[in-house]
This record gives sequence, structure tokens and C-alpha cells, in this order.
Amino acid sequence: MPTFPQPPAAAEVAAAADGARESLAEVASSEATLRRFLHGLPGIDAVGLQSRAASLGTRSIKTTAKAYAIDLAISMIDLTTLEGADTPGKVRSLCAKAMRPDPSDPSTPRTAAVCVYPDMVPVARAAVAGSGVQVASVATAFPSGRAGLPVKLADTAEAVAAGADEIDMVIDRGAFLSGRYLEVFETIRAVKEACRRADGTSAHLKVIFETGELQTYDNIRRASWLAMVAGADFIKTSTGKVAVNATPANTLVLMEAVRDFRAATGVQVGVKPAGGIRTTKDAMKYLVTVNEVLGDDWLSPDWFRFGASSLLNDLLMQRQKLTTGRYSGPDYVTVD
Amino acid sequence: MASPQKTKKKTGAVAAPAPAPAPAPVPGRKLFEYAPAPESRAAAGEIASSNGHFIGGEFVGSSGKEALKTVDPSTEEVLAEFAQGTEEDVERAVKAARDAFGPWSALPGAERGKYLFRIARIIQERSRELAVLESIDNGKPIRETRDVDLPLVAAHFFYYAGWADKLEFASYGPDPKPVGVAAQVIPWNFPLLMLAWKIAPALATGNTVVLKPAETTPLTALRFAEICRQAGLPKGVVNIVTGDGRTGAALTAHPGVDKVAFTGSTEVGRAIARTLAGTRTRLSLELGGKAANIVFDDAPVDQAVEGIVDGIFFNQGHVCCAGSRLLVQESVHDEVMESLKRRMATLRVGDPLDKNTDVGAINSAAQLARIRELADAGEAEGAERWSPACELPSSGYWFAPTVFTNVSATHRVAREEIFGPVLSVLTFRTPEEAVAKANNTPYGLSAGIWTEKGSRILWMASKLRAGVVWSNTFNKFDPTSPFGGYKESGYGREGGRHGLEAYLDV
Repeated sequence: MPTFPQPPAAAEVAAAADGARESLAEVASSEATLRRFLHGLPGIDAVGLQSRAASLGTRSIKTTAKAYAIDLAISMIDLTTLEGADTPGKVRSLCAKAMRPDPSDPSTPRTAAVCVYPDMVPVARAAVAGSGVQVASVATAFPSGRAGLPVKLADTAEAVAAGADEIDMVIDRGAFLSGRYLEVFETIRAVKEACRRADGTSAHLKVIFETGELQTYDNIRRASWLAMVAGADFIKTSTGKVAVNATPANTLVLMEAVRDFRAATGVQVGVKPAGGIRTTKDAMKYLVTVNEVLGDDWLSPDWFRFGASSLLNDLLMQRQKLTTGRYSGPDYVTVD
Repeated sequence: MASPQKTKKKTGAVAAPAPAPAPAPVPGRKLFEYAPAPESRAAAGEIASSNGHFIGGEFVGSSGKEALKTVDPSTEEVLAEFAQGTEEDVERAVKAARDAFGPWSALPGAERGKYLFRIARIIQERSRELAVLESIDNGKPIRETRDVDLPLVAAHFFYYAGWADKLEFASYGPDPKPVGVAAQVIPWNFPLLMLAWKIAPALATGNTVVLKPAETTPLTALRFAEICRQAGLPKGVVNIVTGDGRTGAALTAHPGVDKVAFTGSTEVGRAIARTLAGTRTRLSLELGGKAANIVFDDAPVDQAVEGIVDGIFFNQGHVCCAGSRLLVQESVHDEVMESLKRRMATLRVGDPLDKNTDVGAINSAAQLARIRELADAGEAEGAERWSPACELPSSGYWFAPTVFTNVSATHRVAREEIFGPVLSVLTFRTPEEAVAKANNTPYGLSAGIWTEKGSRILWMASKLRAGVVWSNTFNKFDPTSPFGGYKESGYGREGGRHGLEAYLDV
């Protein structure tokens, strides 16, 4: 059985990354130095950023390029259910879909992961066992992040203990917006620590900014650097629970940040737009942006993910269309 | 939803055959290669193999026998033959315009506006056809004609259509009068857009026109003549005479012309000004440029890099207001250059009709020779030349996006207008030095400022001797905004309320 490429969370990679990051960590030696560092990052011109994102969205992806991109997009999905109404049955059904998205075509790639609440991790863990699909769990009082540090750490530790491969944490936007950067930084560090397993390995840490609440692109760039210096393995736009989630422009800010961070430290960090990406056309725009801003090094599920639920079915319908030459319709993809 | 137990069983069943992992990379190849996405050539409609002029509302043959050829610069394939306009052709066209002037200028402004609105709508309806035709004849990418040229062309007609019945509010007095017959000579870099810049304000103010398109790009002007007929525009209001510089000289020197509007090289502009010196004919000129794009150390770097790219590689650098001199603050020079080179490596050069092409073909063999000559001179004078690896098609006129670093102000690449995808990079230390270097050119068409500091933008804008100053953007055009030059970049303004003045007897 082919195994899904493991996220680069292996101990030695993590150690090397930590070393490189340490060179930057002194910026967080005090609130003042951290603020000066974050506010010293180049500004972002909103009009220019949006026009660049929009122009990348006009690329025309056809035939073989489209087939490649559809399969890549499927393999990058964190198939997500984050509802109060989630049940073990619903989660198992989602896991089945993640492992085999299109029962009529076994050549369809599996998704990268399923993403669930911490209490559903044991169910998901059991359901995807041996398939290569990762289990991601949100944590740290998702989606608002409004809880004390001990609660957030317990939340994280519980998910990791239950077998989560990846932790999607939220930052405290209130702390960030009131300028308490160091508090956000230290929370991320502590959660990263809580991701450590007994055997010395670590769950992969994704840090969610809730870009819709940070509002300005300058804030999003600062949050990106803050999280990367603090140890994020992935940076992620949104929870999917607010009015504005991932957009091509705010995801472009994240991409520029990981590109510049690797140039500065040698450490590669992944990017995950989440929320509001529903169509194949949307997904193509993001992949084109990855391709032209970050290049081959990020064109894999190890380094780029889509946080999405309904996107998968649209990708499957487009895939069927490419294979068979005709549109099948929503009755030919499964409802989960 | 099935019961948990049942679902679990199902899960076990589907997990057995292993689903495929992510698509595997092919060694030696970029992971995500875009397949060709060609726009249909047939969308350009039928291109007549030989073309005459458009005079008095009719397509007519030339009085002479000489015909010129227009080629697709991306393949060198001949697209069509067209007439070399003679003095007699010019005479007929000016007469047709003169005959039409009385009734046209007597129309109420609202009526003239209706024709312009109609033309604007037809341009929108036929925009795909015009975009493809423009790409074929000019060599510019379809992405640009589709997303920039054609929307702006329609916008200019809409904008000036709106002015036609409001001229009394343009601050030239209660009932400003048109000038008469306008002779308009336009360049090949934006054939249809330059036509719109010239014809829309002239017609809105009640003038009639004789327009000569450039000899390498006559096709969209002739197609526009069809649109004039489709819109029912009265005969003789718009006349189009094709030909090379000889036709242009005959037209601009014609004594029956009241107003000459020229966009093109400074050299030809000078010749026209000499011809018209001492005559009653009015003149407006939009000539060359060597614009400075100024990047300060507090600039939004990623957007500045986009602006640098748009500034010089947009339309293959065939832009009179192109940001061909990059002035970058010395403290961020290396960082900006690194980002710029990385970005340039992603530019897609090739087939203008491919929807993913960013940089198309050079318009003509002559222009390509000129670009090569200047680029070679840059190298010979000691500037450092760099281009990204890019495969150029074997036929057609092509020039890879090029940047020169270690350029000093004395180099030809820093002083002469190259009119191609060639950027010269100079450095500065202080805002005063940036202004001094930016203004150190005989031209003065445009400039760009990149800084997050608003007060510096205003200070710089007041010091720069350039008709257009962009801040934190570049090469943005809008019909409501006046455009024109200082110094040897010409005089007169096109666009906006200011653009009416050139066509009003005020």
C-alpha cells in the first residue's frame, strides 16, 4: 500500500528547524523588541496586493494542467467537519470519504487529512487507521480562542493523546489586536510544547489567525511572522466560522510570508487557506498562486492544504467530467 | 445518516483497495505546467486581404497603387495588404471631414452623445473580436487586450459621450465651440486605445476627424470604421486613411486641417511642430518618455516589485509612460533586485493568443533592431545585463525581459527611450537625490513613487517634472484622468475634463 508522505515532523527536521528559528527568537525577548520587529516588516499596499491576487486568478488552466491540479487539490484537502451536531457516525462517514473520495474511480487520490473537534479524534483515528489520511484536530478553544492558557493546553494535550497527527490552534485575536504580541507568541510556544508526544515526536502545529478578524493585510503579515518565529509548522487563514474567511489576497500574504521566512531562516512553513473555498475554479486560483509565488517546493500536501468540506465534491464532479467527457451532476458524488 | 455500526463496516470495506496518493512529480519538469490555452484566431473575424481607406462613410480604394503589408509579429505571417495613402487620398478625406463638420457640430450635444454611447456599446459587444484582432496585428498578449485595452477603449467612449451635452460645465464658457477638422496620427503600441483617446473627445466636442493609424497596426482602426457604420455615424465625421510616415506628413501639413493631434516619437513630433510653426493649425503632442519608478526603503516591497514589472514589461515595454528607469534606494537595492529577478523568472513569454501569456511579441523588426542596439550598447558601456531563462519562439520578433544593473546616469540605456522590455536600475540615497535623478531627463511623461509615507508622496509629486505621477501603483489608466507630458514629452492633455480643451476653440 502506498503511504501518504508524512508531514516533515520527524524529530531531526524539527530540531534543525528549531535551531534556525532560534536565530530569530531573540526578537521575542521582550514585548518591545517583538513589537519593533513585527512593525519593521515591509508594509502591504492593499490595492496592489488585491490586483496581483486577482491577476493570478485569470490564468486559464486546461486539459492536462487541469487534471494535474484537480488531483493535487484533492490530495491537499483537510476534509473538515466542525459542527456542534457532529456525531461519531458523521465523522466515520467523513473519514470514509477522505480515504476514498470517489468510489467509482479508485485512481482518485485520498485527501490529506480529516479535521475534527478534539472529542472526535479517537473516532477519526480508528476510522482512518492505516490509510495514510492524517487526523487533524482543532484545539485551544476553537474557534474563538477565548479561554485561559491551561484550558488551551489541556485541549491540545487531549487531542494529541487521542492520536491527532496535526493540531489546528487559533490565536487570541483580542490579545493580538490590543498589541499583546508576546502573549500570543508565548501561547503558540506553549501549545507547540503540548504537541509533543511521549516518544519525543510532535503533532504538526497549524496556527490559525482568523484573518477576517485581523482585518488589515499588515496585521496578517505580522501574525504570520509571529507564528513562524514561535514555531508554527503551518500557518492558516481562518476558522471558517466568521464572515470573511480565506481569500486569494489574504492567502497571498501568508505565501509571501513563508517564502520570505524560508529565505531568512532556511525553515519551510506550510500554508492552509480555509473557509469559503467551494469550487474547483477557486481551488485552481489558489494552486496557480502557490505555483507562481512559491513554486514546486510548496506544491504538495506536505506544504499546502485546503481547509474545506464542500470543495471535494466539486473537484470530484470536475474530475469525472475530465475522465468521461460529460458532467455527471451532484447525484453522482456522495453526500456525507 | 447510517447507524454508526453500519458506517463503520462500510469504512472498513472502502479502506481495503488503496486509493492513489498525491500526483507524483516527473523528474526534470516543473510540477505544474500550464497546458496551452489558446484564444480562437477565428474570433477576429474575416480579415480582408486588401484594404482601402474609410472616407465619407465608405470604404474606398486609394488613388495610388502602392500597398503596404501588415504582419503578425509573433509569426511574421502577412495578415493583409493596405493602401499607402497619397496626398490625393488625404485631400479627399479632409474634404469629407470638412463637409461633415457643419451638420455634425450643429447637432445638439445630446445627439452627438447618443452616437458615442452607441459606439461604446458596440465596442463592448464586439470586444472579443477586437481583442483578438489587436493581438494578432500588434503582438500584445490577449490577456492584455481583453482585460486592459478593450475595457479602456469602451470606457473612453462612454466617458466622452457623457460630456457631449455638458460642455457648458467644462469651465470654458457657456457654449464652447469645436475647432473644426482634426488630423490625428496615432502610434502602434495601443492602436485601438490611442484611436479612442483621439476620436472620443474630438467627436464629443463637435469636431470631425481624419485619423491615420500606424503602418504596422492598421487593422483595428479599419474595423472601427465598420463600427462607425454600424452605429449609423453620419458620413465623413470619422475618416481613416492608412499609410506610413509620408501619409502622416501629408495629413498633418494639410492646410485644410484646424487641429493636429499626434502621439508617437519625439523626433516626428518635432518635425510636425516645425511644419506647423507659424500656421493657424493647433497642435497637441504626446511623445516619448523615460520615466523614473522610484522605490524608497519603506516601500511595500512585494507590491513595488509588481509595479516595477507592470511598469516596464506591460505591453512588452512599448509604452511611452513605461517605468524604464528604476531608481531604488541604495539600502534596499539588493533585496528589491532579488525579488524582482525572482518575479521576472515567472513571466510567461510567448504566443500572444495564449491566455496565459504575460509578454508577447515585439511589434516590428525595426523596433526589435532598435531594442537590440540599445541593449547591446548597455552591455558595451559596462552595465550588467540579466534576463530570466526563457525560451523564445523561433519565428517572429521576440525580446526576453531584460534588466540592467550597475547602470550609471551617463549610459545610453539610462537616457534614451528604448520602448521595449528593458529596465535600467539606478540607485539613490536621499529623497532630494531621487528627485534630481528622476528629473534629469529631457522627457517628463510619468513617474512612480513607492513609499508607505504619505507626506513624502505629496512632496515628491510636487517636485517631479512629469505629467502623471503614480504613487504605489504604475501604468494605471482611466478616462477621467488627464494624461500628457512635460518638457520633450509633449504638450496638451488627453483624458478627463482637461482632454476637452484640445478640441475646443478656447
